Amino acid sequence: MTSVLAGPLSAINYAEPWYVQIIKALLIFAIGFSLVPLVLLYERKLLGRFQGRPGPNRVGIYGSMQPLADIGKLLFKEQFKPRGAIGWLFIAAPLISMVAALATFPLIPFSGAPQEILGTKVGLYGLDSDIGLLIFFAFSAIGSYGILLGGWSSTSKYSFLGAMRGAAQLISYEAAQGLALLGVVMTTGSLSLSEIVDKQDHMGLWFLVPQIVGAFIFFVATLAEINRTPFDLLEADSELVGGFMTEYGGGRFALYYVAEYVHLVVAGAMFSTLFLGGWNIPFWNGAPGFLDPFVVLAKTLVIVSIIIWIRATLPRLRYDQLMSFGWKILLPLATLNALVTAIVLVAL
Amino acid sequence: MTWNPDSDVVEVARGPEPGGLGGAYRVFGETLRGLKTSFMRVVEGTHTVEYPEEKIPVYPRWRGRHKLHKFEDTGLEKCVGCSLCAAACPADCIRVVATENTPENRVSGGERYAAVYEINMSRCIFCGYCEIACPFDAITMGSDFELADYNRSDLIFTKEMLLAEPMVRTPLRAEGE
Repeated sequence: MTSVLAGPLSAINYAEPWYVQIIKALLIFAIGFSLVPLVLLYERKLLGRFQGRPGPNRVGIYGSMQPLADIGKLLFKEQFKPRGAIGWLFIAAPLISMVAALATFPLIPFSGAPQEILGTKVGLYGLDSDIGLLIFFAFSAIGSYGILLGGWSSTSKYSFLGAMRGAAQLISYEAAQGLALLGVVMTTGSLSLSEIVDKQDHMGLWFLVPQIVGAFIFFVATLAEINRTPFDLLEADSELVGGFMTEYGGGRFALYYVAEYVHLVVAGAMFSTLFLGGWNIPFWNGAPGFLDPFVVLAKTLVIVSIIIWIRATLPRLRYDQLMSFGWKILLPLATLNALVTAIVLVAL
Repeated sequence: MTWNPDSDVVEVARGPEPGGLGGAYRVFGETLRGLKTSFMRVVEGTHTVEYPEEKIPVYPRWRGRHKLHKFEDTGLEKCVGCSLCAAACPADCIRVVATENTPENRVSGGERYAAVYEINMSRCIFCGYCEIACPFDAITMGSDFELADYNRSDLIFTKEMLLAEPMVRTPLRAEGE
């Protein structure tokens, strides 16, 4: 069976049967969706701790049923639409956001060698593509369409302002985000995410150490990319009511909300894959393979916690400061980082 | 008098100018300081009181739901139906109807007693003037504060309700606590 998307595993004559791919697709969808309520609850609990309160603790044990109650409430609400809204775009926009968010999740490799599950060798990733990073950037660019169209089609001034800010912010930070990764890509010599982790495995050194500047820029740009504080200008509750999702309610709002949390998980997983060595455990080479996914999840949890920590601390940036920070500081720094990495790579 | 510009100049404390490497360093340092501050809140733990399960004890002079009192030795009501509390009440929420005590039916310690004594808790402002006005200490402010109800008519407390011990007792702060 030949695969169009040839990865390092298909290079050693390994391709998965079609039924494994279908099961994997369903499983990744299920895991991606079930991570959302967990992260939602985790964020609310942790944010509460940062503010000296316990967070939700009324619904279920330790508030464990809170996300269920939230989403249940949203789904039973009336689906309304502003009179002037452009119907099909208004409906399609949250879907675009959702699809773009979920589509990046399968790219994250959860284990090195294919795992033996019920006698079948299965690689623990959805899609190990040679152009994994490019797909990631492509889908995060599509995600900004969801925001832009959602804000524009609801014909409300707040939505429109939020969407305009969002478009400018997402596009300008995408440039810095992409350039920050050039160092990693040049060192690895590949865009495949599993090869990037393999390279870190072989070097015995996470990219966080040699690419500390790149990691910092990527982290900051990712915060802007997934609309978290201090870059949550397109939601900006205190100025723009709800930003691009002002006119949304019920299930469509839930879609935007879920997409936001999928983005958060993917951002954490992507950072741990690129800079924290993926499934690599430092100083332990013979780690059993079944630990790999848990190592990746643990690293993701650390990054997600840091993002929540930042949300609990920093205020929102002013719009012009946001733009000048992106273009005048992050982009030149990323370019410089790529340049220095290239010179060092050639010199060595 | 000639105008001296120097005396009009007011020195204003300004923050350092942003920009440059020094500014970036300072911003980074301040960000880290903020992160440390918020992290210390996690270490500190929570400060909330889980209200329905956990109640903050009230102070002895707390003005909660009223109580009517009886003499401990004879069991007679202290209230003599003088209506001074109703007269003192700024919210006009107390209604007293007094009747004569008879030898067969002796209710209070005085000549008369309150046949009807009602306090409308939906109007009461908990000022405590009734307590001050009462010459016999028959009415005092208790410690109960959980008075929410589903029905307005349920908030009219009758004499029997005011004489009885409150069903849910509110914790009272001990002396010096």
